[in-house]
Amino acid sequence: MATELNAVRVQTEDFSVSDEYALIAGDNSDGAVVTFVGKVRDFNDGSTVSDLTLEHYPGMTEAVLNQIALEARERWPLNNVTIIHRVGTMALGEQIVFIGVTSAHRKAAFAACEFLIDFLKTKAPFWKLEAGDKGANWVEAKDADDQAANMWEKQ
Amino acid sequence: MINVLFFAQVRELLGQSKLAVEASESTVTAAGLRAQLAEKDDKWAKVLAADKLLVAVNQTISSWDTPVEDGDEVAFFPPVTGG
Repeated sequence: MATELNAVRVQTEDFSVSDEYALIAGDNSDGAVVTFVGKVRDFNDGSTVSDLTLEHYPGMTEAVLNQIALEARERWPLNNVTIIHRVGTMALGEQIVFIGVTSAHRKAAFAACEFLIDFLKTKAPFWKLEAGDKGANWVEAKDADDQAANMWEKQ
Repeated sequence: MINVLFFAQVRELLGQSKLAVEASESTVTAAGLRAQLAEKDDKWAKVLAADKLLVAVNQTISSWDTPVEDGDEVAFFPPVTGG
């Protein structure tokens, strides 16, 4: 059923968690709604961060996000899946990414939400440019993120 | 022509986001295209020599031995850091 229920959006504007929650949480067969929001934080690898600019590969990004949403559906019984990722420049504290998953049961919803953000971080073509006390720097990919995504490969 | 795209530091260091390359015997794989572009000058050689450089052929992350044909879109970029 339900592949049409994947909502994948890449946008410059902010999103409303309560609006996104309302869009996915209306189905009475779902006992669980899990959401994740990633934000711009004020430090990274010992530097102070003042803002963040997200670049992406238009077209490929949306394709990868749809693909990982489908992969999550193959692993767990899910109803609604929403993935929103912002691009452009974001100030400290702003929201960057939203993942929302609904399912009959919480274990599937929790696992799928974590899987989606782990895979998004290592597979979707986004790049972060940080501005802060050490000038503008491209964020380096972290081994820990690869390890988190690899954990799912083994299961 | 092969439609070549660059993103993030790769784009910034090369000073351009895209380039059209004529398909030839030396561009039949992603590795071949990379090697040909690296011959442009020292800057291109250095940027394209990055250990962690990734390539996407027609918007799919691919291995360096992936075939490349006339009309393909090939993108070079560093490891991704979204989320």
